[in-house]
Amino acid sequence: MEAPEDGEEDEREALKRHLRAERQKRKKRLLEQSSIQKSRDADDVKDVTSIQQYSADEGPSEKADDSVVLSKSRTGSQKGLTSRTQHTHHLDDFVKRRLEEKLKAARSKGESLQDKEASLEFPSRLHSLRDRDTVTRFDREADADRAGRRDSPPPLSTRVRFREAARQVGKGLPTAEEAFNFFTLNFDPDPPDVIETSSRRRQKQRKTTDEDEEHEDVDEDIQEENETQSEEAPLVQTQEDLFVIDQSPQDFLEIRKAEYVGYQKLLQLQSELLFTPSFRTVPTSIKLPENMKPRYLEDEGLYVGERPPVSLTNENILENRILKMEEGKKWFGDDGRIIALPNPIKESSTRPPLFHMEEALDPALQTVYRKAVKSKYANLYIAGAADPEGDYQLDVDVSGLIFSHHPLFSREHILGARLAQLYDQYLTRQRNNLTGHLTDKLNGLRNALRNMLESHSGLNPTQALQQRISEYNLEVRNTRHLRDSEQEKDRTLLKNIVKVWKEIKALREFQKFTNTPYKLYLRRENVDRVSDEQDYEDEILAEVVELEAETEEEYQNKLAEYKKRLEEWKLCRKKQKAKKKKQKKKKKGQAQDDTEGEDEEQDVSESEGPTDEPPPKPEPPERPDLGSIEQWVREKALRIRRKPGEAILIPELSASANITASELCPRAEKARREDVARRSLFTKILYNDKEVSRTDSRSLNTDFRVHFGQIFNLKIVNCPQSISLQVFEEIGSSCSLLAQVFLPVPEPSVVTGSVPLEEFEFSSNQRVMFDHEGVGSDVPLSFEADGSNKQSLLTSGKVSCCVSWGIGDDDVPLAPPISQQPGGVHSGKGHLDAVSYIGASGLYDMKKIGEWAKQSRLDPNDPKNASIMQLLKVASSGEVTAPEYFRLEHLQEEFNFVTDEELEKSGRFRLLKLRNQEVAEFRNYKFIPALEREVTDTVFQEYEKRLKEGEVIDTKEHLDSHRALVAKYLQKIRESVINRFLLAKHHYLLSDLVTEEEIPTIGILGINLFKLTEPKRPLKPQRKERKKVTAQNLSDGDIKLLVNIIRAYDIPVRRLQSNKPGQTSHSALQGSIGLPDQIQVRPFVEVSFQRTVLQTATADGPNPCWNEELQLPFSAPNGDYSTASLQSVKDEVFINIFDEVVHETVMNDKNRGKSIQTHIEKRWLGSVKIPFSTIYSQSKIDGTFKVNTPAVLLGYSKEKSHFTNSGFDILRSLSEGTFITLFITVDPQLVPGESVREKFDTQEDERLLQASERFERDAAQRYPDRPCITTVIDLSGKTVFITRYIRPLSPPKELLDEFPNNPLEATPLVARFVSLIPSLPDQVSFSATCDLWSTCDQFLTLLAGDEEEHAVLLCNYFLSLGKKAWLIIGTAIPEGPTAYVLTLEQNLYLIWNPSSGQFYGQYDTFCPLQAVGCLVNADNVWFNIQQYTSPMRVSFDITKANLWKPFFSRTFSHPGLSSIQPEELVYRRTDRAAAAELQDRIERILKEKIMEWRPRQPTRWNRYCTTTLKQFLPKLELIRGQDVAEGHRHELQSLLGDYRISGFPLNLVFSEIRPIIEAVYSTGIHSVQASNVEFALAVYVHPYPNNVMSVWIYLASLVLT
Amino acid sequence: GNLCHGFVSFLSSFTLVYRCKADIIFVVFQFPEYDNLYCKYCFVYGHDWAPTTGLEEGITQIASKSSQASHRLIWNFPLGTTFKSTNPSGWPQLVVSVYGPDVFGNDVVRGYGATHIPFTPGQHTKTIPMFVPEPTWRLQKFTGWLTGRRPEYTDPKVVAQGEGREVTRVHSQGFVSVSFLIMTKDMKKMDYETGPSGPANKPSATSG
Repeated sequence: MEAPEDGEEDEREALKRHLRAERQKRKKRLLEQSSIQKSRDADDVKDVTSIQQYSADEGPSEKADDSVVLSKSRTGSQKGLTSRTQHTHHLDDFVKRRLEEKLKAARSKGESLQDKEASLEFPSRLHSLRDRDTVTRFDREADADRAGRRDSPPPLSTRVRFREAARQVGKGLPTAEEAFNFFTLNFDPDPPDVIETSSRRRQKQRKTTDEDEEHEDVDEDIQEENETQSEEAPLVQTQEDLFVIDQSPQDFLEIRKAEYVGYQKLLQLQSELLFTPSFRTVPTSIKLPENMKPRYLEDEGLYVGERPPVSLTNENILENRILKMEEGKKWFGDDGRIIALPNPIKESSTRPPLFHMEEALDPALQTVYRKAVKSKYANLYIAGAADPEGDYQLDVDVSGLIFSHHPLFSREHILGARLAQLYDQYLTRQRNNLTGHLTDKLNGLRNALRNMLESHSGLNPTQALQQRISEYNLEVRNTRHLRDSEQEKDRTLLKNIVKVWKEIKALREFQKFTNTPYKLYLRRENVDRVSDEQDYEDEILAEVVELEAETEEEYQNKLAEYKKRLEEWKLCRKKQKAKKKKQKKKKKGQAQDDTEGEDEEQDVSESEGPTDEPPPKPEPPERPDLGSIEQWVREKALRIRRKPGEAILIPELSASANITASELCPRAEKARREDVARRSLFTKILYNDKEVSRTDSRSLNTDFRVHFGQIFNLKIVNCPQSISLQVFEEIGSSCSLLAQVFLPVPEPSVVTGSVPLEEFEFSSNQRVMFDHEGVGSDVPLSFEADGSNKQSLLTSGKVSCCVSWGIGDDDVPLAPPISQQPGGVHSGKGHLDAVSYIGASGLYDMKKIGEWAKQSRLDPNDPKNASIMQLLKVASSGEVTAPEYFRLEHLQEEFNFVTDEELEKSGRFRLLKLRNQEVAEFRNYKFIPALEREVTDTVFQEYEKRLKEGEVIDTKEHLDSHRALVAKYLQKIRESVINRFLLAKHHYLLSDLVTEEEIPTIGILGINLFKLTEPKRPLKPQRKERKKVTAQNLSDGDIKLLVNIIRAYDIPVRRLQSNKPGQTSHSALQGSIGLPDQIQVRPFVEVSFQRTVLQTATADGPNPCWNEELQLPFSAPNGDYSTASLQSVKDEVFINIFDEVVHETVMNDKNRGKSIQTHIEKRWLGSVKIPFSTIYSQSKIDGTFKVNTPAVLLGYSKEKSHFTNSGFDILRSLSEGTFITLFITVDPQLVPGESVREKFDTQEDERLLQASERFERDAAQRYPDRPCITTVIDLSGKTVFITRYIRPLSPPKELLDEFPNNPLEATPLVARFVSLIPSLPDQVSFSATCDLWSTCDQFLTLLAGDEEEHAVLLCNYFLSLGKKAWLIIGTAIPEGPTAYVLTLEQNLYLIWNPSSGQFYGQYDTFCPLQAVGCLVNADNVWFNIQQYTSPMRVSFDITKANLWKPFFSRTFSHPGLSSIQPEELVYRRTDRAAAAELQDRIERILKEKIMEWRPRQPTRWNRYCTTTLKQFLPKLELIRGQDVAEGHRHELQSLLGDYRISGFPLNLVFSEIRPIIEAVYSTGIHSVQASNVEFALAVYVHPYPNNVMSVWIYLASLVLT
Repeated sequence: GNLCHGFVSFLSSFTLVYRCKADIIFVVFQFPEYDNLYCKYCFVYGHDWAPTTGLEEGITQIASKSSQASHRLIWNFPLGTTFKSTNPSGWPQLVVSVYGPDVFGNDVVRGYGATHIPFTPGQHTKTIPMFVPEPTWRLQKFTGWLTGRRPEYTDPKVVAQGEGREVTRVHSQGFVSVSFLIMTKDMKKMDYETGPSGPANKPSATSG
């Protein structure tokens, strides 16, 4: 009792404070001030100004105060508040008011501060709680006061202490609120103080005056409570009692013996009082009801949560204790354990992490001071609202409401409501008179048609006329149908009305009382029977005639169609017959021997056969029965129309019936009526979802109509967002919300007085049931005797009300101007947005559209609205048809920015799209312009050109139409492969993202330990692995190519001029005069890459040692450093060896005497070229390479090494040539692209695939550095077993024909042929690391492939030549993992490099093959399990199982895999004419290029020399560039005696012109600076079968001596 | 001709200029033994962005724990960068990775984190949660601890993107607070509205 009272007081206090704060704010408003003052000063002020009735509820009106609906309602509510409290706490208020007045002086000082406090977050709930706390305590103290103890501490100090404590609890600085309280405490006593004092006073008053009994009771209650309940109070009281006892003199005097209770007795006593539960486990049987076995839910498969952990001892104690209690067993579950909820502790915190380090609280949780802001509606205030005069007023007129169904309806009410509804419908229909309208139209149409026919009766109807007639006919038919349906509806409506009325009558009869005042009269209007019958017959006749005409027409149409189809069918049948005959003949021939029975069967089957196939014979249409038409028309007329001569029935509904008085009704009905009488209704008016006022509560009438008739004038400052009414029903003191009705915000032009009341429907789905006559709501009920046809009705009804803008004194509407209302939604009915009003889903709901159209008051004369008005006419006629289609996302277009076409047109969008698709041209496109207009078409030109002209052959680039086609084909394959890999590229592995130390094995640990003992600076340092860098975060200039040129061997030496026949050259003589034996050659190395050229210092001698590092910058194409882009870099590193020749010319100048001019000339000796892609994928290249030296090097001779003659002739020249030792790497080390990890579809057997996977895995585990391949991917992206590629294939016949007798001689030629097919690494062509193997025919068609294809082809050729040949899968320099070919010739193993056509003996030191991984032939794959991989140390005897591990063995035998290679290769003949043409073109292009490279000097061509050189070239091809006869040089020398000549032939594989130009450029022949230099250039193209070309270019520079 | 055109459109479309001054304030780690940390930062941005002034990446000084009880390390390291752009796609992100010595003095990564640079002008404080990749195996965790070579991202910039992250497992490590001062220019001209819908610009919005 105490707490609520205090709470109420407190609340009231807070409220008051709040009100006061508000009042202070508005003090300046004179108007309001007076009224407030009034309400404040006098209790019994009656607010007369307002016509409204205000509720007396405290909370909501407080809310209304908060809202911006002002003055009147506010004052009203306050009055309500005071009037209510007045009764109960009259004295309280009086006291408080006095106190307030007293405190006013003090308060006024801190008023401004207080305002601030009020504007702060309302003195926080915590605060008020605290206050309440103190209040109770003070009250208690006050009680103590009364009891005579006057030592209560000053309340203020308590407060301070309390605050102090609170501050200690909270961390850090005092909050603003605390600080404020601290400083304002002295002059701003808080409400608790007031209450405290007031209560004290109250007590005083109670003692003196005994006037308010109620109050006294309260106080007594408090006292009682304190005595009984408070924890301290009893103690204190007993103390007092004791004290009283102590004060008696006997106690002072009496002396007693000290009482002693023996220990045993004490125990005994204790054992009576105390219970010590045992620790022992309670047997389950005790815990369970008798004769019950424990049941374990968990074992039964039910989910049982984890029990919270409790120690066993505790659990036992608890169980023992519980068992002692009464009904203790109910605490135990079926399993005999204490019932426990699952462990509520979650493993992880469900709260957001709060990482507070001392005062560093999460900023989101920190209290922040914010300045007071206006509410979010601030900007929605109507302009001018600050001015009190400019208030706007909304008048809400709530007239009343009618229930169309109410739970308290009796059955009769339901019927009555239905009757009323039907009658309403009837009236509306009558008003519209659609039937009459349509009948008139029909008559008019008929007349017109008749007229037309009559006027043209004699004439032949023209086309136009016929058209019109048929149109009229159609129209007549449609109108008739419409009229018929309308008539039918009229008829059924009338019937229904009569039926319902009859039901009512029957019900009244049955229940013997009347509940509703409805009474239906049916007025008869007699008609002239004769004319009526005439009309009726006429109508029927006309209709019959029309229908006959229609059916006739239809019949004709059908007949025509039938004829057509019959023709078709006949034709078809004829064909069938002809066919059948043929078949019959055949069959007869076959079945002559057969029995007759079979023949019959055949006949049957044949007769059946054709009927299946041709269309069935069309049925002729039946002639319509014209007689039945009239019958049908008459039936219809009878059904839908009044009988002729029958009186017209006009129903009239009146409410004149007498309602049976309650006394005469049965009990149930009486109860219902009483219930009705108990109910009353009221409505709340909500403005912007805040209650602003409510109507009076009106009792429900027996006819379920409630009349309010109240008008509410809402003065508003906020823009109207929503206005709604809430209908409440009150039964006694409880009230429940029935329904909510939303009212539209009126248009500014809608002002009070000009608008009629409107009805708004509402309904509620609450379920209500009664035990009396009331039918309830949402309860199924039936009117049929057998209880069928159940229906459940929901409470529903209509509110009639209207909303309009008020009119001011000077007839000015108090509505805001339209322009100030933001958004279409709030702008009133005229601008009601259809979508927002109806809602997206309602767009195809006719009813809603109709409603909307009605609401928005469309202008019917506006042609824009014509279609809607039309629609409305249909909709309002009661005919609501939902469309028969369903549209998904019918608003999709609303959300599109622009149409798709426009989007496609947008260049910027296209650019973004293409970049996103990673189209090559746009992959790295930077800065897509921000504006559409800045995207010009030129951006797309190249791309579009590629798309369009991909078809057109670029002859200039390719010089050869076949190759152009091939390039196109390759492009297509590339695209398809790229598309396949695009997805795979986005699959990541952990190793792609995270670098992690591998788990050290024992071996590695051991090595690491061993490394500790290594010297810090070893004498022979080895290259260490560097950290790899992912490619993407690089930019231009970051990557450098490091080329370390170490040394070279066997560089050709200058032929001493003295050896030359003929006269000696002057300058050369001079150069060689000094030390002819020492200066043999002065070589240096020039490295060119991406047109950057660097060179080493010049060394001396044929075996120079440079040991120099060159750094060449690298830039990726388009600045794209992604892996894919780097892989497709086609650039090559050219390493050229030049000889530096110094010529000294002695100049004889007369004035100065002799001077020597030095010319430095460089002469190309040979080159090595390494593709960048190789360096990239290998990351380093280290080794000794054979230098590509020209077959003839004019002016140089090779230093002959000494050979020991071995058995095989060819081997002699193997080690011949120049070699260079190189180390090339990329700095920083780039991560080469990973191979694509994707499982490809395959046609191989699953078992084989598994075996191969196992084989490869084992190999990789045991020998990680030995390549092992068992399956490869073919061009279509399928996995294929490798042995399928090997199959003997015969080389072109021309090659074999050259050496008809000696197949051994043909071998190098075949190898040369293979090597002449251009090489193209897969990663370059497919821009992804994937090894695609094409078959030999694909390879020869594409004329491009990497080492594997070359090797496969060569191997197949060798096999067809009868050699023993294998494919070697191994690693070589510089290619890295590659494929070579191994042949066995005369007990010697030869290793063939398929790309160069070179072959090496097994023990050749300079063999580029470094490691042998496995051998492959058509039958098997052998993996090298020997100790060494170097070919020199490997035994190639595959029969030894301890050296070579076969894939197919006895356990897993060869399943007989067929080869995927074609049986035979088809070669195209050599086209000599094309070769000649190509030759000319290459020559022309090269000449142009050389001249272009020499822009400063004139380039002269020595024709004589050129022709001479041209003759040499075919010879060179014939001997395949080997071992040129010395005679050639001599010949040349003799021919060009006067020239100092230096030159060489180049032999190139032909693929494109670009590499040829590059090769010529890299020789530097054009850079000869001498003024009198002449050039000679000869080109020879030797054609091989299948368009394989060998290109020879002879370059020479001549200087006249 | 093509190249020249590209240049022209380049200039005219450089309208969206965006200036960011960030300040890596402090880091909070759950483990008190983390000390002497330094922080590497870099910006990750899309194709249509380019820094005009300021450094794209950098490294802070080494900061030690304060002597007070808090576990904070304070760098107060200013970084100022200006970007220009033609397209909000690929909005710059700040990627922060914190390194420091472990018990044996090896430099190990203590956390990666990334945040989008706020796009509203004004001051913002962002707290970036940090995390490190987890070793695949327990043993690796041990050896990594022993050798001082813990798993690291191949490229710290991967924390600014989502692709491929599903294969990693990470472990939270603490937070880095970064305060940003953002200025934008010509955003509105390009019809990009980033500013708060404060009362200042409201009247124009409502009247329009």
